[in-house]
Amino acid sequence: MAEQTAENIPTVVADGVDIVYRVNGTGAGRGTATAALNRILRRKQAEQAAGVRRVHAVKKVSFVAYKGEAIGLIGTNGSGKSTLLKAVAGLLPVENGHIYTHGQPSLLGVNAALMNDLTGERNVYLGGLAMGMSREQVKDRYQDIVDFSGINEKGDFITLPMRTYSSGMAARLRFSIAAAKDHDVLLIDEALATGDRSFQKRSEERIRELREHAGTVFLVSHNNKSIRDTCERVLWLERGELRMDGPTEDVMQEYEAFTGDKSDKTGKAQQKPAPKKAAPKPGTPKVPLPS
Amino acid sequence: MADEDRAGPAAAGRTPLPRAKAADVSQVLHTPPPTQVPADDDLTALAARHGLTVSGARPTLPEYVRQLWARRHFITAFATAKLTAQYSQAKLGQIWQVMNPLLNAAVYYFIFGVLLGTSKGVPDYIPFLVTGVFIWTFTQSSIMAGTRAISGNLGLVRALHFPRASLPISFCLQQLQQLLFSMTALVVIILSFGIPITPRWLLAIPALILQSVFNAGVSMIMARWGAKTPDIAQLMPFVLRTWMYVSGVMWSISKLTKKDNLPHIVTVMLETNPAAVYIDLMRYALIHSFHGKQLPPHVWAAATGWALLAGIGGFIYFWKAEETYGRG
Repeated sequence: MAEQTAENIPTVVADGVDIVYRVNGTGAGRGTATAALNRILRRKQAEQAAGVRRVHAVKKVSFVAYKGEAIGLIGTNGSGKSTLLKAVAGLLPVENGHIYTHGQPSLLGVNAALMNDLTGERNVYLGGLAMGMSREQVKDRYQDIVDFSGINEKGDFITLPMRTYSSGMAARLRFSIAAAKDHDVLLIDEALATGDRSFQKRSEERIRELREHAGTVFLVSHNNKSIRDTCERVLWLERGELRMDGPTEDVMQEYEAFTGDKSDKTGKAQQKPAPKKAAPKPGTPKVPLPS
Repeated sequence: MADEDRAGPAAAGRTPLPRAKAADVSQVLHTPPPTQVPADDDLTALAARHGLTVSGARPTLPEYVRQLWARRHFITAFATAKLTAQYSQAKLGQIWQVMNPLLNAAVYYFIFGVLLGTSKGVPDYIPFLVTGVFIWTFTQSSIMAGTRAISGNLGLVRALHFPRASLPISFCLQQLQQLLFSMTALVVIILSFGIPITPRWLLAIPALILQSVFNAGVSMIMARWGAKTPDIAQLMPFVLRTWMYVSGVMWSISKLTKKDNLPHIVTVMLETNPAAVYIDLMRYALIHSFHGKQLPPHVWAAATGWALLAGIGGFIYFWKAEETYGRG
């Protein structure tokens, strides 16, 4: 394809996506034996009455992401950013709607596959294999991964169990393993804020490299600066709803006004969240009742 | 093609949601948000035109097998890593891999051999018992690990993409490695009882392979159940303990079935019980004084049948729910 058309090749299409979590053992009569029995007996008709709570995490979100874009996802805590990312990766099923993707989007992160009792060296192999690299690929990149993590800068630490690492060292190794693979669609969940300043610089650089290879990058972060540095388009999620979708600067300004981030926008900040006046009514259930 | 995209739905999809929306966004949680997004048809058509696929859809069975095969190195590395991590904090380290089964056998010997006297009339009772315990433990721990394979590794399932069957299979592999450690202890015990090495020992290999396939199949079934209803993990120890007592781990089934007072159906059930089949096969292979006539009838057919039934059935059953694993 010619270069000017690359912009218009969609890589991720989200079409009216709803994501609902169901949580057992909460709500009325939580955890009691009768509630549990109730739940088993009355399964379908009365999920709510039986103590299953539905958490509507993402509501009717639609967007199209194109090749070569870096898209930031912002929103306050619990607004559904990570959930949406997981659904794009195909790791969480959607309740309604569809998510279409080009190739296999992957979340940047291998934490769950690593084991603290094993040496850093074995974790590099384990993590690489878990991400779907072949043994040879891991072997080829092994030295790069270790060098990038800088684990061995202060001595031979890579042959020690990971539980002996400081939290910063462990985070650096995890990021280095995760960033070792190239992806079609790359999803990054607050990965930039790890390690010391020099490592952060290196990882931002690596993210830029990954971006060049990857078709599309999604970045979830609370660091407005890294969103501005990395992304040209931003999706703003609030309470599971897509509140804004547009060029980074436009959305970020609104968002900062909303969160009251910038002191010079105080006037705006008071005016903008006005529609939120009735917002968190105390005692308002966070969960919609099932229809 | 690219031209019509730029003009059509592509543009529609990109249109930033109007800023005005920020003001009228609904704070009432129950009402559906205003749908200012392009019509569903457009997006679906756009996706179809560019050959995008549904994210997280279940692959076809041959494709699934191919994916699983591509992950074989991960499966073995994960199993080995789990096994090594198990005792990495202990002072004696990996010696526990052998110590553990030996201590287990000692406890069972004390209770069933010394206190209850089950050993009467069974020649080479200690090798008989230890073989039974080890082979049973393989099946038992595989099934237990399988039950928790998905529900206990949600973090992994929710973070990375891989065929989920890798997990139960990997856990079975870990148990198999564990069993191989136990078998070295077993060989020492057997030799110290003066039991000769015969060509029959070679039969241990097919027996072990069939048992592994059976275990992997059952773990996959349990993994699917356990993923949907984690409560199963609480129930399984009781089911497994009952199964152990009817499988002739500490006593000889053939002695019981020789008596005529058992209803035929009970005899058949005792003899075709897969755990009993695999245990007796291993005893027959390793212990010289364990005669062929102590084996249940059609024992190899039963062993193969169970392996194929559980292996293939369990795999398909597990695959059928592939896309649902990992849901909260």
